[in-house]
Order: sequence, then C-alpha cells, then structure tokens
Amino acid sequence: MSKVKNKVERPNFVSTTNACKLCTPLGAAMAFRGVEGSIPFLHGSQGCATYMRRYVISHFREPVDIASSALGEKAAVYGGGANLKKGILNVMKKYEPEMIGVATTCLTETIGDDVPMILHEFHKEFGDLKLPKIVRVSTASYNGTHTDGWHGAVCSMVEQLCTEKAEADGSVNILPNMISCEDVRELKDICDHFGVKSTILPDISETLDGPALEDYVKIPSGGTPIADIKNMSAASGTIEFGRCLGPRTGGVALEKNFAVKNHRIGIPMGLRETDVLFDTLEDITGTPTPRRYELERGRLIDAYVDGHKYVFGKRAVVYGEEDLVTGLCAFLSEIGVDVILAGTGARGRGMAESIAAVTDGVASKMPIIREGVDFQDIADEAGELKPDLMIGHSKGYKYAKAWNIPLIRVGFPIHDRFGGQRILHLGYGGALSMFDKIVNAVLEKKQTDSDIGYGYL
Amino acid sequence: MTNAILEERKDQIHRTGQGDIDIACNRESLAGAVSQRACVFCGSRVVLYPIADALHLVHGPIGCAVYTWDIRGALSSGPELHRQSFSTDLQEVDVIFGGEKKLEAALDELIDRHSPKAAFVYSTCIVGIIGDDLEAVCRQMSEKKGIPVLPVMSEGFKGSKREGYLAACTAMFKLVGTEDVSDVSPVSVNILGDFNLAGEIWIIREYFRRMGVEVVANITGDGRVRDVGRSHGAALNLVQCSGATLDLAKMMEEKYGKPFIRVSYLGIEDMADSLYQVADFFKDIDPNIVKRTEELVKEELSKLMPEVARYRKDLEGKKVAMYVGGSFKAFSLLKAFRHLGMKVVMVGSQTGTKEDYAELERISDPGTILVDDANPLELSAFIKEKDVDLFVGGVKERPIAYKLGVGFCDHNHERKEALEGFEGMLNFAREVHSSVMSPVWSFVPRRANKINTIEKEAGNE
Ligand code: SF4
Ligand code: SF4
Repeated sequence: MSKVKNKVERPNFVSTTNACKLCTPLGAAMAFRGVEGSIPFLHGSQGCATYMRRYVISHFREPVDIASSALGEKAAVYGGGANLKKGILNVMKKYEPEMIGVATTCLTETIGDDVPMILHEFHKEFGDLKLPKIVRVSTASYNGTHTDGWHGAVCSMVEQLCTEKAEADGSVNILPNMISCEDVRELKDICDHFGVKSTILPDISETLDGPALEDYVKIPSGGTPIADIKNMSAASGTIEFGRCLGPRTGGVALEKNFAVKNHRIGIPMGLRETDVLFDTLEDITGTPTPRRYELERGRLIDAYVDGHKYVFGKRAVVYGEEDLVTGLCAFLSEIGVDVILAGTGARGRGMAESIAAVTDGVASKMPIIREGVDFQDIADEAGELKPDLMIGHSKGYKYAKAWNIPLIRVGFPIHDRFGGQRILHLGYGGALSMFDKIVNAVLEKKQTDSDIGYGYL
Repeated sequence: MTNAILEERKDQIHRTGQGDIDIACNRESLAGAVSQRACVFCGSRVVLYPIADALHLVHGPIGCAVYTWDIRGALSSGPELHRQSFSTDLQEVDVIFGGEKKLEAALDELIDRHSPKAAFVYSTCIVGIIGDDLEAVCRQMSEKKGIPVLPVMSEGFKGSKREGYLAACTAMFKLVGTEDVSDVSPVSVNILGDFNLAGEIWIIREYFRRMGVEVVANITGDGRVRDVGRSHGAALNLVQCSGATLDLAKMMEEKYGKPFIRVSYLGIEDMADSLYQVADFFKDIDPNIVKRTEELVKEELSKLMPEVARYRKDLEGKKVAMYVGGSFKAFSLLKAFRHLGMKVVMVGSQTGTKEDYAELERISDPGTILVDDANPLELSAFIKEKDVDLFVGGVKERPIAYKLGVGFCDHNHERKEALEGFEGMLNFAREVHSSVMSPVWSFVPRRANKINTIEKEAGNE
C-alpha cells in the first residue's frame, strides 16, 4: 500500500461553510500563554482579541487575558504604532509581565505596520524602564491557520530569546505541537522518569489548567521559564512533534544556530508513534525506557487485543489540526479502524504523505485525504461513505448528530463537553484512554440501538 | 486594589452616593487594557444572527466567522440557516487584488445552495481596509438572485459593539416595508431586541397571545425575513433591554409613524409592567385587554411567588456583582435580585450610556460600584472588595468568578436557559440558588481559609 491516493474530482467551493480551522493569531496567543510570566498581545482591533479570549476560555474554563492594541478607525488608517506602544506600557503597568508576546492580526498586516520597527522604537524610547521581553510574530490569518500561528510563535520565541550558545547540559528540548494540558503533564512525567531535564515549549499545563487559589492572579503560575528558553541551546537534542511542520520551526532554528540536533517525529499517538518518541529519548539520553512505560506499553497491547473485535473495520471520519489528524490516523490504523476521510483546514502541509508514512504496514487502505476543507466539504464527501464514527473536536457534533454516529472528542476546541484540557492523547497512556473511549462508544451505540439491550457485551 | 485601575480609566468608575455621577462612557477601549468588549462586527452579528431564514455571510478572513459560529442560543421554530457559519475566508491574493470577485462567487454559490429569503453580508476590518465595494456587489447580486442582499457595514475597528447595532438596524430597515400588511390586526406589536435565547421569545409571545395581541415580527429572535418586511404594519414596537434595536424602532417611527416603548421581560415587576404598558396602549381599541392582562399576571404570580419565596429564604442578604453587555438589562436584574433578597453591590456594562448610569445611580443602594467597559483585573478587584457571593456576566467573566471562588450565573447571549418572563424568573431563581448554595464554595481557598479563621477564633473563645 502506502501509495497516496487523493481523490481529485471534488467540487471547488469558493465560500467556506463551518470552517475546520481557526485564525492564526489564536494559535500564537495560546503558545505565548505557555511561557512563564507571559501575556499574549494582539496588535489589531479589539474585537479579535475579545473573540479569541471567549473561544479559548470556553475550552479551558480558565481566565485567559489577551491584550489588544485596540485600534480604532484613525489608527487603522494612519498606522497602529502609537497604540501598540501605549498598549504595551499599559500591560506592563497592570500585569508586570516578564514577557509580552505580540502577534499581528489581519488588520495590522494589511495596513502594513512594521512591528519590528515599532518595537525597536519602543525600546529606544522606554529603554530606561524595566522592560519585559517582547517577542513578536507575524500572523495574518489570510496566510494560514491557527497551527501556523502556534508554530510561528514557538519559532519566534526560540529565535528571539535563545540567542547565545549555552554550555551543554544534557537536557532535551521538546516542542510538542498543539496538545492538551494533560498531554504536557504526561510529557513532563516521561522526562522525569527518564531522569532527563527537559524544556517543553510551550508549557500550557498549568497556565491553561490552573488550580483554585486564594486570589485572582494576574498571570497564572507555570509555563516555560524564560531562562530555560534562553538555555535551549545547551540541550543534547530537540524533539519536535509534527510530521506536517513547515521549514521554519523552533527545532530547525536551534539546529541551525547552535547545532542542537533536531529530531522531528510525529505527535506520539498510538503505539508505533509513541515507540518513536521513546526510541528518540533513549537515543538522546542513552537511558533505556523506564519499566513503568514498558508495562504501560504492554497494557496497551493487551487492551488492543481485548477490544479488537469491537472496532475492527469500523469506518471513521477524522478531522482537525494536520498533525493531530496524522497522529489519529496512526493510532486508528493500528486498531483496525478504517479512516475513510481525514480532513484538515490547513493547506499545503503534506498531510497525505505523513498519513501514508504513519499508517504504512497496518492500514488496509489509505483514507481520502483533504487539506483546506471545511465541514461542508467533509459532510458532502463523508455522508456518502457511511461512517461509523467521527473523531475530532466539538465542531463536528452537528454532523455526527445528523448521521447518528458517536463523536469521539479530541483536540481543540471542546466546547460541548467538560474537561477538554484534561484529555490525554499522547503516549501509551493516551492511546489507552482513546482506545477505551472508542470501544465504549461503539458498545454504547450497539446497546442503545439494540431492541434487546444486552447487559453483557 | 486601586492599582488594578489604570489612571486613564478612573473616570469610568463611580461609587453611588459619593457625589454627582459623571461617568465617562462610550469611548474607545484603552489599548492594552484587556477590555471585555468586542467590535462593531460583533454588534451587528449579535443582532442579525437569529434571523433564521437569511444567509449570513461574513466577508473577511476566517476568524471573524469562526468565532461567531452558532455561539448564541437563539432558537428557531423553523429554518436554521442562521446556525451555519459562512465566510469568504479571504486569502492573501484576495487581500492584494481585492475580494469582490470572491464575494460575488460566494454569494452566487451559497444562495443557490441554500435558497435563503435574504442575505446579509458583513464587512470585517480588513474589508474596510482593502476597500471592497460591498454595496455594489450586494446590489448586483440582489438583482441577479431576486432576493434582498444587504450589506452590513460593520468593520470592527469603526467603534464598539454599539455602532454594530446601528449597522444591523440600517441593514434591516431596508427590508421593512417590503411586504403586504393588509391582514395585520390593529392590536399588534413587533418584539424588538429579543433574541429568543433558549426559546424566551416563545414565552413572551404566549403572554401576548393570551392578551389578544398579535405579534407581527420577532426582531430578531426566531426572526423571518418576511416578518421583518411586514413589521411596519404593527401598531406598536416593543424595544427590549440594551437598545440593540432601538435604532430600528426610531427609523420606523420616523418613516412609518410607529410609536415604540421600552420594555423588559426580566424579573417580576418589569415583566408585569411591560405587559401592562402594552395593555394600556391598546385599551381604547380593546377595552377588555387590561382585565385580561391583570388576570394573566395574577395567575402567573400565584404560581411563581411561593416558589421564589422558598429560594429567597436561602438567598437573603447574599451579595451580587454583575457585568452585562447593555446596562438596560442591569435595571431589571437589580430588581429581580431584590425579589430574591439579594443585594447588588456592583454593576458594570460594556455599552452603557450616561443616562443609563444616571438611572443606575438612582435605583442602586449607596456604595454600589458602577463601572463602564471593565477588564478582568478591575472586576476581580471589585468582587474581592465587596466579597460577593454571586457574579453575573458572560462566558469571559465566568472564570474570573470561579477563580475567586464565587458563584456565577450566565446572563449573556450564550445562555441556554430561558430567564425571561415569569417562568424565566423561576429558572433564574433556581439557577442563582444552585450557584450560590453549592457546597463547593466552602473548599475554594479564599473561602476555606476564611472559614478556618472563623472556626479558629471561635475555638479560642
Ligand atoms: S481579523 Fe484576522 S485575526 Fe482578527 S478575528 Fe478575523 S481572522 Fe482572526
Ligand atoms: S477583524 Fe475586525 S471585525 Fe473581525 S473580529 Fe477583529 S475587530 Fe471584529
């Protein structure tokens, strides 16, 4: 197999109905949120920031403060430099951040604000104040999706904060892609058990899933310490998750600037992709995989065996971020679920090749793979294919409901269920919990649809 | 706490009973202040969104459309076209060469696919910058497709939500007067400014049915293009709450001589009072209407009051802070909380006017904090200062309350529970009760520590 089959005769709609992507600065804002003492700042009009806050809050159920330069009409016409500077000063006054992550929006990209220049002026004008680190990223939404914003922000942070070669310290950098808070916690645990010091960038595990506290904190605790980002040049290697990444990433920058070897692997979802992660960690650290993960791996295979009949041959539609979809395909192909359609809103990310690679040897056939789709496209195509399952974020609910099939919620955003930030997707543990969920969804459907309603299944 | 407030925002905050009120409002949000406010586009989208048989196409890059995809609980009794998110999803080439061609093609495609009764085309920030001639495209598509295709001039940066209301009303007004009204009853109203969240408009319509009043158009909850087209046939416009549709009422007054009154369906007095006002308006043509209305109110209250009293027992003396979109709603809420025995100690709004704040000053207890266009730090400072038991707001405010260990009640456009009318008041009381009385608050650190201290002190005595 492994021949990439791509159905071409697809109606080429010009409009978008129910997009399967979000806008670029949102991804950047989320990534900036994963740095200690940092606050995201959107250079644009107020609406974008407010909308994104609302959106992110409904998934994480945490306060998410995203500042904005709140451009009005005049600024939109004559340039937003003054607002940007004033906005940064106000954020400094109120939040006392260690870092401000400035992302542009469609508006400021279009009016052509030269953010590096404005920030340069800002540093000159206010150099006598104690200034936070200011990291900037260019994120016009007409150029990509939220994942581009995320990766762009990560790369910018690496490039703009890690500027000197630090003395090697045997640590490992992990650039984990857009994963959940629980996933980050899992990665930290894994590194701890390996006994290796890790820098995970960004680390949203605490900043977007914080504890109840005595007081309202302006900026939540946690996040990747800036000192650690500066020190990423000291690592023995970088592992960046994502088979669909572009050429400009944090991992690539670290390798280019400081010869920190970059290991680009898929998001570790399912058995085989998780094996790759553990192999890579063994490689970098020279330490064998700790027994607890060997055991977990064993339990995963055991579960695969116990549950295989329930899911074999089931037909799934999978959608979402390009790398998440790839990871899901890797996992689903292992358990005998046929992915009939894999869709993402992103374009030009080589998802077809990536999926071919991760399903090689186990998938019975390649799914139809679509980049740049919206839910209208997905529905048009998948409706005829009679899926048994949908796997993706909340936005597919309407379609799952229409087709009367279970929706397994993964990824972002989860607006219609509780605990989206605590879904574990990664590692053997993540595969195990996704497997349980899928088997149970199939069982539940069978039970509900049955007249008899067997009590033993 | 004062350091939570930026110098430039001080005049947007006022404490009642401390001198004359002269609150600054309706100004641009301060850069870097993390305003809770949205944009012009948001305002238009909120108002027009519930028109269920129209196509709502957002002309711009994807985000603006995505973030407004079916986020309100505005229900429809029929078509549900409004719950889809349509966008031209502008790409770089469109930004460089202009998006008119793409807009045209999108309208062409979507109108054929969905056969809507009308189409609203929203312009977003970027469209204002690249200068697409929305009006021309819409005019041309109207002719081609034979349905009204209406531009909504809602570039986000041209103000705040409030300007969006005007843009929405301007667009809708073009529909008014396009349908025959010969069969409309002389005892008839339009319901303006209600969005049928969780089916609320159905509750209100039922009251009017019992009173013998015909509702011509719901603007815009459960709205239909044709109804808007014949809305000029109604004898009276009822404008509720925030004034999102006040501009439309004014336009109809000017052009068609239709009077309007401002009403509110929230809380006991305001609901009853609104119905009485309507009865009063029609009593000359329908002398029995007043009696029917009184009976209706009596019947509803006899069901409601004993239940409310039960909740009140627990809630007596608890303190409330609220942050709402339009401040008109705050008046009703304030009174509703009094029925529950609760004290309102802070009222904030995104889009209040000077008159609104003056009215709030008049009806609030002394020492109440009034605030315009607040942000998370201010809100949390006020919640702590007043040590409130409940915070009322929208989705963005919820985590602020929860982090501080304070109950929260969603009273925004996204609520999924009907809070209007007498039934709504009961739902409201129930929700407030279940928020405030939950045992979980005793575990949150801020409260837990306080309880510990009190217990310790008690032990020492
Ligand atoms: S203008 Fe651009 S950045 Fe703002 S919400 Fe729309 S797509 Fe996102
Ligand atoms: S781009 Fe403009 S219209 Fe769109 S969300 Fe942002 S402020 Fe509002």
